[in-house]
Amino acid sequence: MSDTSWHLAAAALDILAVDPAALGGAVLRMRASPERDRVLTAFTPVLPLRKLPISISDEQLMGGVDLGATLAAGKIVRSAGFFATPCTAVIPMAERCAPALAAKLCQLSDKGLTQGILALDEGIEADEALPDSLSDRLAFRIAPEGRMPRDWPKRPAIDAGQPIAADEAITQLTLLAARFGIASLRAPLLAWQAAQAHAKLQGRAQVHSGDIELAAALVYPHRATQVPDADAPADQQPEPEEQTQQDEGTSDTQTALPDTEMLIEAVAALLPPGLLQTLGQTRSARAAKGSGAGKLRKSNRRGRPLPSRPGRLGGDARIDLIATLRAAAPWQPLRRKHQPDRTGLLLRPSDIRTTRYAQHSDRLLIFSVDASGSAAMARLGEAKGAIELLLAEAYASRDHVALISFRGTQAETLLPPTRSLVQTKRRLSALPGGGGTPLAAGLQSAMTLAAQSAGQGMTPTIIVLTDGRANIALDGSAHRATAAEDARTVARAIRAQGTESLVIDMSNRPQPALQDLGRTLDGGYIALPRADAHRMTDAVTAALAG
Amino acid sequence: MKQPFPFSAIVGQDDMKTAMILTAVDPGIGGVLVFGDRGTGKSTAVRALAALLPPIEVVRGCPINAATSAECPDWSELETNQTEERPTPVIDLPLGVTEDRVVGALDIERALTRGEKAFEPGLLARANRGYLYIDEVNLLEDHIVDLLLDVAQSGENVVEREGLSIRHAARFVLVGSGNPEEGELRPQLLDRFGLSVEVRSPQDVAERIEVIRRRDAYERKPEAFVKRYAKEDAKVRAAIVDARGRIGAVAAGNAILGDCAELCLALGSDGLRGELTLLRAARALAAYEGAKRVTRKHLRRIAPLALSHRLRRDPLDEAGSSTRVNRTVETVLA
Repeated sequence: MSDTSWHLAAAALDILAVDPAALGGAVLRMRASPERDRVLTAFTPVLPLRKLPISISDEQLMGGVDLGATLAAGKIVRSAGFFATPCTAVIPMAERCAPALAAKLCQLSDKGLTQGILALDEGIEADEALPDSLSDRLAFRIAPEGRMPRDWPKRPAIDAGQPIAADEAITQLTLLAARFGIASLRAPLLAWQAAQAHAKLQGRAQVHSGDIELAAALVYPHRATQVPDADAPADQQPEPEEQTQQDEGTSDTQTALPDTEMLIEAVAALLPPGLLQTLGQTRSARAAKGSGAGKLRKSNRRGRPLPSRPGRLGGDARIDLIATLRAAAPWQPLRRKHQPDRTGLLLRPSDIRTTRYAQHSDRLLIFSVDASGSAAMARLGEAKGAIELLLAEAYASRDHVALISFRGTQAETLLPPTRSLVQTKRRLSALPGGGGTPLAAGLQSAMTLAAQSAGQGMTPTIIVLTDGRANIALDGSAHRATAAEDARTVARAIRAQGTESLVIDMSNRPQPALQDLGRTLDGGYIALPRADAHRMTDAVTAALAG
Repeated sequence: MKQPFPFSAIVGQDDMKTAMILTAVDPGIGGVLVFGDRGTGKSTAVRALAALLPPIEVVRGCPINAATSAECPDWSELETNQTEERPTPVIDLPLGVTEDRVVGALDIERALTRGEKAFEPGLLARANRGYLYIDEVNLLEDHIVDLLLDVAQSGENVVEREGLSIRHAARFVLVGSGNPEEGELRPQLLDRFGLSVEVRSPQDVAERIEVIRRRDAYERKPEAFVKRYAKEDAKVRAAIVDARGRIGAVAAGNAILGDCAELCLALGSDGLRGELTLLRAARALAAYEGAKRVTRKHLRRIAPLALSHRLRRDPLDEAGSSTRVNRTVETVLA
């Protein structure tokens, strides 16, 4: 298996070198290592390789005025964009590529201006990866496993097979993509390009079935969202049945292509392990990163201006005119001597000062408190005490606090985001208990509130206090299984939204279901089997700090 | 640069194509939001539309594409009265774009080299009378969204910064696309889009094969492929021009107005923008189809496009809001 993946990697690089523009490029997911260096040396496209740093500025990427040269020359000097000189771009540290850069690269690639992009992805976790928008446009994902075989780069032995008419090949590749649940229509197109490039590489004018097989094996596995005819649980994968029905509907094409099943096997053998388990998770985790906005940017204040500092004029730097003039002023007579014929200010790039701001984002703690009968029995009182202590701390650090309680059949926002300690305390002590546990509703209210406050520039953190026995579904019906499922769905939505969260288990015995919830939320989980308010506060403070 | 993929060669995606044509017929509808999976031809359609649209008459060298020299802003320092034909501008607004590039800023180059205070127009100026296309609009940063909200509403870009005080017309059709799995749009921005379309990969295998086949033909010989569809494209273009001339004469009776209001009431859409867009878009559709008056058939076709993004959002509603709209349409217009 591991040898196969290495040989396929070699084939992918060869094919990419033939037609990098049509194939878009590849993601090379490997840690930096001598092995990766060998892989890179094996990649020999027609055009020279050029590094595209992920910190590249707009002017460098798209072309624009070269300010430094302009100032020095006293006339406008324009710099050409990155892709003006034909080259195959290599993006190091591609897993750190911001969605903004990916968007611009997609734009360039859609306009046919790029000549292949090789993204060096050093991500470790599944959600550390190149933004999906860009990786969808790159044909291959090269992620060899295990040790590099001694004889690398040896090409996989390809049985060329029978020549295939273009129409038939396209049909086959499209069918195959549909069977693997690949929604994007770029995939079959890229696979078709790859098959053609491989045929060209082998010196054949026509595409053979072996080319198709290799192309499918290279382009499809990492895009697959389902395994054809796999015995996946029905609730996870509702689509396969639909898909097969459709395939049967077009059975005339199927009979014309007897080896589709064989192809499926070939691709299925290369599917990443654990595909089905990770499907839902990786997707939502990526989504959380996709928002691209960290705490720093989400500020509701413009921030205090910091002293300006010497800098280059890049895409996002703003010039501090006064400071720049002040820096340039003392030099004017001296510079005038050297360039007597120039009028106006004589500026050098070293005079440029840019402004900076320090931004602080306000934190909002959203407490979603389970006030159901079971929780009230257990330790609603303790929870209240703990929240009060947390409030005191929040007051000290000028955090905002919001309070949601859920009991009976619905959740209720007792207190919208506020800094008023007195009000919060009053509402909290009046918090009644009793009724069912509509956990999903509590989470949903917290989610809505978090989204609103994030829009207003706060950084929300959801803290759920519950004993975990969710028994009321979102629609208010008392059905335990539906209630648990609803809670999971909302938790996934919260995670996709990128909100930090913390689950505090206040039942007498730690609940596995709540641990799961914590994992689904991608947040912390604290079990407090026998804690007093002070210990709980300490735990929460530690979790929030970390 | 390659010629864009021809509009009429796009397979299926009728909703998206209709919505885009309608905004071309009546730019006042206020833009299209295209939400859907990757690789379903969202950006292809937008770029194709640009090539399809009839050219506009502009003053030569005018930064905001004004039609007459009187409308040209004084800061553009234009001397000429000559006009020229230009293709309808379709401006890309990439993610991560800076505020300066969007609204325009002090022309630093001129300020530093010649010591002059001049305004360098931004993307909004260039998009005037055309289209502003935002891919992955749901990932756009909040402060850029804020800028767009105001300009899209008022049709005027006001720049008050770095000692500049400038205003210029910025009337454009906003086209946004994105993948809803990656994030939601703020309701205020959603509301600015007149129509919204959900696109999915075609579920029919034959259709998918046709897509790949055409794309392949296009990649191989772009010129020949574009030529093959030039006639079709010209037909659509002529129909759009026709419809623009006819739209003023299309009647919408009281019964239709009542239907619009009832639909929006039944769906509980916020504000009156729903009714207005519904009516405008239905009228544009009627004009495009050559009808003399708006009928319920037009409303049925338009309602999901014009209303599905104006409903109260339910993040857990798997069915999608266009299903809800269709259900309501069936009951109200029964």
